[in-house]
Amino acid sequence: MDRVRISNLTKYYGTTLVLDDVNLSVAEHEVVCLIGASGSGKSTLLRCVNKLVPFDHGTIELDGVSIEDEQFRNSNELHKRVGIVFQAFNLFPHMNVLDNVTLAPRKVHGVSRKESEANARRLLDLFGMSEFAAAFPEQLSGGQQQRVAIIRTMATNPDVLMLDEITAALDPELIGGVLRIIKDLAAQGMTMMIVTHEMGFAREVADRVCFLEDGRILEEGPPAQLFSTPEHPRTQQFLQRIIEAGRL
Amino acid sequence: MIAEERRPAPPARRTLSFRERALPFVISIVSVAIVFGLAARLVTSATHWPRIKLQFFNRDAIVAAFPTVFRGFLTNMSVWAIALVAIAIWALVLAIFRSLNGPWFAPLKVFAVLYIDLIRGIPSLLLVLLFGFGVPALQIPGLPRTGLFWGAVAMVLGYSAYAAEVYRSGMEAVHDGQRAAAKALGLSQWQTMIYAIVPQAVRNVLPALLNLAVALQKDVALLSVIGVRDAVREAQIYTARTFNYSSLIAAAMLFLAATIPMARFTDYVARKDQERRLQRTV
Repeated sequence: MDRVRISNLTKYYGTTLVLDDVNLSVAEHEVVCLIGASGSGKSTLLRCVNKLVPFDHGTIELDGVSIEDEQFRNSNELHKRVGIVFQAFNLFPHMNVLDNVTLAPRKVHGVSRKESEANARRLLDLFGMSEFAAAFPEQLSGGQQQRVAIIRTMATNPDVLMLDEITAALDPELIGGVLRIIKDLAAQGMTMMIVTHEMGFAREVADRVCFLEDGRILEEGPPAQLFSTPEHPRTQQFLQRIIEAGRL
Repeated sequence: MIAEERRPAPPARRTLSFRERALPFVISIVSVAIVFGLAARLVTSATHWPRIKLQFFNRDAIVAAFPTVFRGFLTNMSVWAIALVAIAIWALVLAIFRSLNGPWFAPLKVFAVLYIDLIRGIPSLLLVLLFGFGVPALQIPGLPRTGLFWGAVAMVLGYSAYAAEVYRSGMEAVHDGQRAAAKALGLSQWQTMIYAIVPQAVRNVLPALLNLAVALQKDVALLSVIGVRDAVREAQIYTARTFNYSSLIAAAMLFLAATIPMARFTDYVARKDQERRLQRTV
């Protein structure tokens, strides 16, 4: 069954069309990567799925229930099941790592402090961050901050994890550690929608890759096919430019 | 190791001779002494200076007035301290009301907007008169009737409008990503405010709030107009009795003794805040 089903999704920013009749389904345990130039609508698509921005036409369903259904009228119910990690980490700077990770479990999911801290420490340990439990975000490198941000979202135990260019703000040598975590999560069967510019990573982790341009999915398919024998001339052009830039 | 040996030694710290170090310092001292000395000479040689000295800087009068003026000053400072706490809390509540969105919060938002607009548009003195004389005159049972209490209430209500706007600017300065992150984690608007936005906002605006605290430190003297026996009132009483204004100077000195350290402390906090911001961008 499809975890997420996006049908005929259309969105305008003012009079600018940013998503144009997008159809996309993500099955349970599936990892879908969204690639495309900046401004092609990839990030907006993710933000529509967890209602961070409103959309104009079409439907988005989570496990067969529209996110505009009564069940999700209080958008917290949606955010409990769909997690997102941002490019800019957005950790809370006035809280240490442990508090960042346990805030949502305690305040949103009603988990006791003791239990949420035990869970947080387990996750920190799993992702090699246990020594930083008491550190504040500004004491961490970008890569470490992003790992904490991933752990913070994972601590809410989401059904679907969305990653919005999570390595775009990182120094090249820090990217590997963050991507490794995502590969682990994929191997554990996490359902994910990933916006990324790291084609090598997309090729490795994705079950399916979608190429977006001007708010439309121009081409989609398994990574082996899309990266080696792209059909659409625009996809070919985009990948050619990526190869020329030495990013594939 | 080899590379280290080949690296040239760091340049020796340039040592300044005593002359090089001392000269600018001496020049500053001498020039300041000359300018201020001349100014003092000019003032004290004026024909009316002895009268001015007698009326304003009469040491005997200052000493005689000091105990009562000081007692009044303690009233000023206790009103200040209590008002400060009340303002910090009430202004934050107003600021949160004002930044809440959604139809259910509309009454709170409208209340906060109206309150801030109205109160900021009324002179503090008028508020003090209205509350200090007006409310006790109603003689409502169960309510305090002292000018001290209602004067302090007027100060709290008035300053809260300004402090609320300071808080609000601090909340707006918190990056949008913080709101998005809190929302995406499932926090409600209220929880986002309390756990994510407000703590950062308070830290952002602490120097600006302390500036208001310095202003309030002097403005508590407004309570003297409604008969509160604060430093200014006590000084006036002394003046009325002796026709000597030195007691007012005594009150002024007391206020200076409180506000100057407070202003320096504010500068210090602002500098620390600046350093913290610079550090973060690195």
